[in-house]
Amino acid sequence: MSATMEGPLLQVRGVKTYYGKIIALKGVDVDVKRGEIVTLIGANGAGKSTLMMTICGSPQAREGSITFEGRDITRMPTHEIARLRIAQSPEGRRIFPRMTVLENLQMGAALDKLAYFDQDVERVFTLFPRLKERIGQRGGTLSGGEQQMLAIARALMTRPKLLMLDEPSLGLAPLIVKQIFEAIDELNRTEGLTVFLVEQNAYHALRLAHRGYVMVNGLITMSGTGRELLEKPEIRAAYLEGGRH
Amino acid sequence: MAHALATAPVGGRTWQADPVLRVDHVSMRFGGLVAVRDLSFEAGRGEITALIGPNGAGKTTVFNCITGFYKPTQGMLTLTHADGDRYLLERMPDFKISAKAKVARTFQNIRLFSGMTLLENLLVAQHNRLMAASGWSILGILGVPSFHQAEKAAIDRARYWLDKTGLTTRADDPAGDLPYGAQRRLEIARAMCTQPELLCLDEPAAGLNPRESAELNALLLSIRETEKTSILLIEHDMSVVMEISDHVVVLEYGVKISDGAPAEVKADPRVIAAYLGVDDEEVGKVEETLDEIAEEAQA
Amino acid sequence: MSAPSRATAGSDIGAAVKDALLAGVIALGLFGPLVGLRTEQNMRNEVVLELHWVTVAVIVGIVVVGRFLLRTVIWPALADRKLRDRPAAGEPGALRQTVGRFLPPAGLVFLIVYPALMLSLFGLQGSLKWVDNFGIQILIYVMLGWGLNIVVGLAGLLDLGYVAFYAVGAYAYALLATHFGLSFWLLLPLAGILAALWGIILGFPVLRLRGDYLAIVTLAFGEIIRLVLINFRELTNGSAGISSIPKVTLFGLYSFDVSAPNNFAKSFGLPMSGTHYKIFLYYLILALALLTAFVTIRLRRLPIGRAWEALREDEIACRSLGINTTITKLTAFAIGAMFGGFAGSFFAARQGFVSPESFIFMESAIIVAIVVLGGMGSLIGVAVAAVAMIGGSEMLRELTFLKAVFGNDFNPDQFRMLIFGLAMVSIMIWRPRGFVSARQPTVFLTERRAISGSLVKEGHG
Repeated sequence: MSATMEGPLLQVRGVKTYYGKIIALKGVDVDVKRGEIVTLIGANGAGKSTLMMTICGSPQAREGSITFEGRDITRMPTHEIARLRIAQSPEGRRIFPRMTVLENLQMGAALDKLAYFDQDVERVFTLFPRLKERIGQRGGTLSGGEQQMLAIARALMTRPKLLMLDEPSLGLAPLIVKQIFEAIDELNRTEGLTVFLVEQNAYHALRLAHRGYVMVNGLITMSGTGRELLEKPEIRAAYLEGGRH
Repeated sequence: MAHALATAPVGGRTWQADPVLRVDHVSMRFGGLVAVRDLSFEAGRGEITALIGPNGAGKTTVFNCITGFYKPTQGMLTLTHADGDRYLLERMPDFKISAKAKVARTFQNIRLFSGMTLLENLLVAQHNRLMAASGWSILGILGVPSFHQAEKAAIDRARYWLDKTGLTTRADDPAGDLPYGAQRRLEIARAMCTQPELLCLDEPAAGLNPRESAELNALLLSIRETEKTSILLIEHDMSVVMEISDHVVVLEYGVKISDGAPAEVKADPRVIAAYLGVDDEEVGKVEETLDEIAEEAQA
Repeated sequence: MSAPSRATAGSDIGAAVKDALLAGVIALGLFGPLVGLRTEQNMRNEVVLELHWVTVAVIVGIVVVGRFLLRTVIWPALADRKLRDRPAAGEPGALRQTVGRFLPPAGLVFLIVYPALMLSLFGLQGSLKWVDNFGIQILIYVMLGWGLNIVVGLAGLLDLGYVAFYAVGAYAYALLATHFGLSFWLLLPLAGILAALWGIILGFPVLRLRGDYLAIVTLAFGEIIRLVLINFRELTNGSAGISSIPKVTLFGLYSFDVSAPNNFAKSFGLPMSGTHYKIFLYYLILALALLTAFVTIRLRRLPIGRAWEALREDEIACRSLGINTTITKLTAFAIGAMFGGFAGSFFAARQGFVSPESFIFMESAIIVAIVVLGGMGSLIGVAVAAVAMIGGSEMLRELTFLKAVFGNDFNPDQFRMLIFGLAMVSIMIWRPRGFVSARQPTVFLTERRAISGSLVKEGHG
């Protein structure tokens, strides 16, 4: 995808987020351009999920600004941010446990694009055939990995302009992880879907992404193309090799 | 079944000689849905047994049957202690499986007591022993010294596990404040504080980065070596499964499709087709590619 | 309303004016017919319509101005506070800690000297109201709050029928004392044991239920006990209740009966007065309440108390650690009920009369409200909440000064509950987790640090 002309789709500038007294993000700058896959890697507790939640307005940033398509969304309530077509598959899945798989997908469906509902459902079912087998089952009775698939599928149902995935590979079998990453890549190439991805599975994520950021203790310490980051010895030491020889 | 028997040589396997856990023809139905179908396998004493398979294959259901959260529709689950005591797990309520049969578990979506400190979490795990020491609270209210000794011993054991999991400095923080990886370690520490015979871990490496996974491997190996606790684990991270397990059981759609040593299972075409998706092991591929990149960079 | 935007002040004010006017129109629509039009009968028994447009205008004016202020001043200030909130809270935190450390002993000293203080301030007869209506009444609710705190606050089981155990204790004392003439000091533990037994009997069928269902069934249990008390006339004398319940004696040595030869006042040559008995009752309920607090504090540090709190946090994890959750819940129910029973028998002895009237659902609701308002699990919080709720509502009885403002037809009693409800709503907005939301750990390795209320779960049955 060619880069955009009018500046990045999502622009995060100097964002500081607190949980009570504790500072979680200490001034973060991140850009996501239209049609890009950008990944954020870092250790557990570095603040990756917090950044994702801050973009969604829960919690709100105490300082700094977040703009989406040139609009300031820093102080916007979460439901209004979601209406701008920023979809998230959050940490901990957060599916609706008492609703069936299909109902969960309906909850995600873009309200003004209901005409495409069947088509969109077919699309996510091609991506996750497993969900099709479970279509009438309640979300809460799915296995952990299936719930993860459902959360991603629900996010895709909004036809997002920006898809944010928090550890999509969590709890998924290697084969499925591979399929999900391939699917993200394909959606990006064919439909120009913009993706912001938080991953522990740094190797996969960096291979997939156009660009990557590394977060340490609430600060971005490094950025570059996926390939560049993969080559950096300090990244490899910290996030790729398990210290196992 | 026939296939599994064909790949795993009959007899002479370490886990069959002295199994800590025997799963015998266990089936679990939920209404019309068959989650587990006629599953049999053994977990060897002092070994690490991995249960792997695609999502929704029924792995967590098997765990819930072993730990008493579900009662299997059919079949038998036998746990044998090192001293020869036998327990039929399908006949015991869940809390007794932990208290008497000494099976401890962790959960896929971490279940810590998030509003209690790390130390408190580890003391709750030693509830039954402390309860007896406190004379079922009656002596405890009066503040008898024997209870204080028991509590001190419990705190020492908690400290031992905090040290082992690298969480000592955070002992007085609430568990809910810990980062994800540390929460996973704390859950293992809490399970170990019950002094189990069999430790069941549901996706202990989920959400961990490769470095943390490696630390987890070291922790699990040390539990096997120094505590002599047998481990049964569900895991998708092949770097954990292949590296530390002595025995791998593969499920697909509730049926066992392979059972054997890691190398055998890895080479089993059915496992590759259903689960791994490539002939090569995930880890190996990562390292190859990394080496490739490094070479390119040097050139 | 959306969060305060960073738009220019001008358009903000404009929007606020529009919003306020809209609120005014709604208020006019609502209050116009309700307040503005009133039908009266005139001397000839004809219905005439009276118009109260001035009152309506005042109400609508209040709504418009209030809405405007809400939009322009209060909400932005609240949002600002929410955003800025705690980075600067280090200092007040330290202050709060000091207050937290000195409040319990200071409060205890105050409670001990309270009757003497009242005596010296209001004299022997004047102090009666302050010791009885305020002191004893509040302490009964403090004790009930602390007792229920074990069930709701620690174990996280929402019990809406706590008053049932209070009733069991009260009737146990009333019946056994009137029929068999047994002493209070023998019946107090017996009433506690009976109430605990009822707690277990209730607990067994109910504890499989969770959350809302548990709440509904305990509520029903409270009502069943009350209805049994009304209808089992042979035993309980129905709604007429049981009267002339013997007074408590000073350990059998001195009596507070006027006719008794070993009357307390006579024996010490003091002037005859009901206040002596009330002061004695005050110290009795203080001692009972402190016993409740002592046992709660001790139990929290024992494995059973930790198991209760763990149960509140995650029941499934508890079971995976070998904790028998049924027994654990039952002990919480039984011990909570036991303190309810103690309080009940004290109540019967103090009133000298019990009837089912005293054990209506409203009582349970007040006790639950005290626990929730105080902050679940916190003894200090519950005590403060009991003072605010019971003391506050007693204070509101003294609203007669309002007659000076609103004229002589104004009946302050009608507004007591309204003000009370308003106060509760505002407190819950101001402190959604109760007065004391932080949890104190029961044990520590190096340093005891309070745990933020946001991490502590409330339990779901």
